[in-house]
Amino acid sequence: MRYLPHTEDDISRMFQAIGLKDFDELFAAVPTSSRHDAPLDLPAPKSEWELIEYMNEIQAQMAVGSSHHVLIGAGRYHHYIPCSIPTLMGRSEFLTAYTPYQSEMAQGTLQGLFEYQTLTARLLGVEVANASMYDGASGLAEALLMSLRIKKKETKVAISSAVHPHYREVVRTYFAPTDFEVIELPVLADGRTDLSAAADIEGLAAVAVQSPNFFGVVEDLPAVSAAAHDKKALSIVAFTEAMAYGLLKRPGSCDVDIVCGDGQSFGMPREFGGPGLGMFGCKQAYVRNLPGRLVGKTQDVDGKTGYVLTLATREQHIRREKATSNICSNQGIMTLIAAMYMASTGGTGLRTLARQNYDKAEYLKAGLLAAGGRLTYSGPTYNEFVMEFDCDFAAVQQRLLAKKIVAGLNLGQFYENGSGKWLFCATETASRKVLDSVIEEVKA
Amino acid sequence: MKELNELNFPDDVKYTREHEWAKIEEGNVFVGITDYAQDQLGDIVFVEMPAEGDSFEEGEEFGTLESVKAVSEIYLPVSGEILAINEALEDEPEMVNKDPYEAWIVKVKPADVSEFDNLMDKTAYLKLVESEFDSEPDSEPDSEFE
Amino acid sequence: MIPGNQIGPGRSGLIIEEPLLWERGAKGRCGMSIPESDVPQAQIDDSLLGEGPNFPDLSEVDVVRHYTHLSLWNFGVDTGMYPLGSCTMKYNPKINEQIAAMPAFTEAHPMLPDELCQGTLRLIYEMQQALCVISGLDAATLQPAAGAQGELTGMFLFAAYHKSKGKKRSKILMPDTAHGTNPASAALCGFKPVKIAVNEKGRLNADEVRELMDDDTAGIMITNPNTLGLFESNIREIADIVHEKGGLVYGDGANMNAMMGIINMKKCGVDVMHWNVHKTLSTPHGGGGPGAGPVCVVKELEKFLPSPHITFDGKMYHRKTDLPDSLGRVHSFHGNFGVLIKAYSYVLSMGEEYLRRASELAVLNANYIKEKLRGYYFLPQDAVCMHEVVFSDKLQEEYKVSTLDIAKRLMDCGYHPPTIYFPLIVHGAIMIEPTETECLEDLDEFIEVMRAIAEEAKTDPDLLHNSPQRYKVRRLDETYAARNPCLTGGQ
Repeated sequence: MRYLPHTEDDISRMFQAIGLKDFDELFAAVPTSSRHDAPLDLPAPKSEWELIEYMNEIQAQMAVGSSHHVLIGAGRYHHYIPCSIPTLMGRSEFLTAYTPYQSEMAQGTLQGLFEYQTLTARLLGVEVANASMYDGASGLAEALLMSLRIKKKETKVAISSAVHPHYREVVRTYFAPTDFEVIELPVLADGRTDLSAAADIEGLAAVAVQSPNFFGVVEDLPAVSAAAHDKKALSIVAFTEAMAYGLLKRPGSCDVDIVCGDGQSFGMPREFGGPGLGMFGCKQAYVRNLPGRLVGKTQDVDGKTGYVLTLATREQHIRREKATSNICSNQGIMTLIAAMYMASTGGTGLRTLARQNYDKAEYLKAGLLAAGGRLTYSGPTYNEFVMEFDCDFAAVQQRLLAKKIVAGLNLGQFYENGSGKWLFCATETASRKVLDSVIEEVKA
Repeated sequence: MKELNELNFPDDVKYTREHEWAKIEEGNVFVGITDYAQDQLGDIVFVEMPAEGDSFEEGEEFGTLESVKAVSEIYLPVSGEILAINEALEDEPEMVNKDPYEAWIVKVKPADVSEFDNLMDKTAYLKLVESEFDSEPDSEPDSEFE
Repeated sequence: MIPGNQIGPGRSGLIIEEPLLWERGAKGRCGMSIPESDVPQAQIDDSLLGEGPNFPDLSEVDVVRHYTHLSLWNFGVDTGMYPLGSCTMKYNPKINEQIAAMPAFTEAHPMLPDELCQGTLRLIYEMQQALCVISGLDAATLQPAAGAQGELTGMFLFAAYHKSKGKKRSKILMPDTAHGTNPASAALCGFKPVKIAVNEKGRLNADEVRELMDDDTAGIMITNPNTLGLFESNIREIADIVHEKGGLVYGDGANMNAMMGIINMKKCGVDVMHWNVHKTLSTPHGGGGPGAGPVCVVKELEKFLPSPHITFDGKMYHRKTDLPDSLGRVHSFHGNFGVLIKAYSYVLSMGEEYLRRASELAVLNANYIKEKLRGYYFLPQDAVCMHEVVFSDKLQEEYKVSTLDIAKRLMDCGYHPPTIYFPLIVHGAIMIEPTETECLEDLDEFIEVMRAIAEEAKTDPDLLHNSPQRYKVRRLDETYAARNPCLTGGQ
């Protein structure tokens, strides 16, 4: 086996050196009653080409493959990935390194994380960003728990029902064993969160929305912060589409306290939903309550600049059951990918791209309106929007599929009143031709 | 780390088993940590303090001291209300290392002065430190294993 | 000349200076191909617009050189031996990367209906089955994004199970050798950790468990082999005690690399366990992630697993969401699918035969190092170990040389240091886990270097105090970093 270098001769020499006879003696501490009583029922080892063949067979079972155009977002977006990124990401010095505890031999990862923290803080307009969480959903759950650590006396959090349904499910999972209460805020006719519903809740630690929200609607962030701060609670803004902040107002500039979301749009493929990247930032005042790793600048014994993991006393390996979170790893290589992406677009490029995304979605929206669709929500949207049709859109979907286009996500599976409402997404990767095909099929 | 004879234990303060010192001035009690405690902790990088006006019982945790790789709770030697915190420690936590008896952490209005009187004097505390001196403190964790 | 800089055993590297990203670039450059828009520009309400992020504008060459330079300051498994105890830094096969990059996998949208994504669902299902076979348990979820989230999922499961039995329990037993994630995960679920000290032989005492286990205790979290590298031989007895009082047994899978094909978790009495796929199943650590933390359970607990659960009806693969007892969802979608493909590729490459052999060789390698370094470093537990061995700096104390100094000197000799100062119960611990992918010659070279360092500690302690010398920076001031946190390069 090519990963196992030992020859039979090596093995016998090693047993001789340790004074044992064989593997049975080596594992003598393991009682027979704790052992497998037969060889594992697994297929025989596959050579590289057998493995490729096998995986190709699985790959071929995807009815929707890489040549399809998928006009669905809902937390996972199709953006173009520059070829330089997979090449750089594949460098084994990054990919096969451990967490940078031995900082002197991990300055590459550490400077990379420091740059990621900086670019993320600039993107979101926050004072501090950590070195990432697992994904947008667990990041939001952690943000809500963080708000309860800061507002020690409070016991409730309010979360908009326009937050991604999966994110809300994860929040409920994290809160189930606690004594805290999660209250959902309803949605107004324009698709924005009804913040007035938070006004009557006592004991509130945070008000959380997503912007752009699950319906693509851009929330009124200054109003969210004001509503939260009126209740002496923290404002939390989540996001699934990081690209939006190339164009839209940054949450931090709207007095938002904690900003968290998924950075998949920055250089990561959709990959059936993971890995993504939990981007997470907050105001400087809350840094000691922040979950996750942080990299800071320092100097060595000669006064030379270097980077280290810092403020580690917040974390589980030191504070154990009193830690700010149980999180141990971060998304490592994904942070570097996001930073590479932000560096590749630059400020100018990101704005151009973000604008193109907006324009494509608006083009599709206008076309579908002209084809007889109705907008469910009247508020301004980014990249995504919800439409209803008089025609049987499920039949349209089938016809589109024959043209290798997947368009529209039925909201019936997420909301009681969601049936007949379809969520669309268009990014810079959707050509006008593809968008026109969708519009034409609706007209037909 | 310092040897026992290098540590400073003034006569004019009282001591606790958890290595805090307490001093009474004009009816109010100032609380800090001893030279032994700061030496064990190493370079202190952050002092987490309560809010003025908070009240604690005797022996209750009222804050924490952080070094790079350890967190240590600090306990109030006497019940009472926090009258003031030493705000200078927010920017200069290293004062606790440099001069632990000048770097008071909180000023407390004691609920019951007899609690202060019952604290250890220097002789009793020195015995405690001597007995602890041989048993090593916990090592510093350095990895998270994932 | 840097004081103390002298050539010793090992290798050296390149030293390159590289500024921060935003210290370069010029407005108007772009490192990415952005096509002209083929649709008209749409109206947008000015009140929504931000000023755009302050990122440097760089060319593609700028970006490529920048990250290539940064990479040269890093040390990976592909660079050299990485004997980090409890972290299992084994070789990461390259074929796994190629499989994970297959376009139908990378382009799969997670919201596609089941019938349009049978391939990805099949892969998840098959991986679930394989993990059940290896662990001996009955059902699995691949949703948790990392080992620590797997642990947390396990604790959610404990909470859901006890709730279903009609009684919330408030405590959980935990050996003092446990990783920090154990108490932190338990605390998130409202369980108060109750510490159990290991005995003088470095193992758990069944009697102590019997004494502490009561009907307010949710169960026990056990890492086996434990973090001293020893197998908890009485695990079954301990599990029976816990089960008798209505508790559950959590098996921390951190050290699974010693167990594949040999130890059956179910027969050990374990009810729930997580995997760290980077440790056991060869996925790259990525300098901190992404990981994946699948969880396996016994039949009785299957109904509590996260939603959706991936099932197979003989013809089609399904995402089952109608799960009334499920603890809920723990990930935005299906977990770190891209990482799981790599882990599954490893399982298929190894098969039964080589998975078992990998564990056997991992244990053999650790014991070989233990025997060869005996006498040079202090061995707190002198017994046959599993896949890792714990030494300490006790023999070096008289020369005022610490574990940290030894670790930093090893760096100058071309090795990533072992895990240091863990487990907490060993003062100055040096925890070595060579893994099975290191060959005998490389082990011998490492041993020779460790012996040389033990000698240097006697003859030239300052050499160790002043290590490392051969990297971009020398010892960094962590106190300064924590006292004056500088976490970004500014807006």
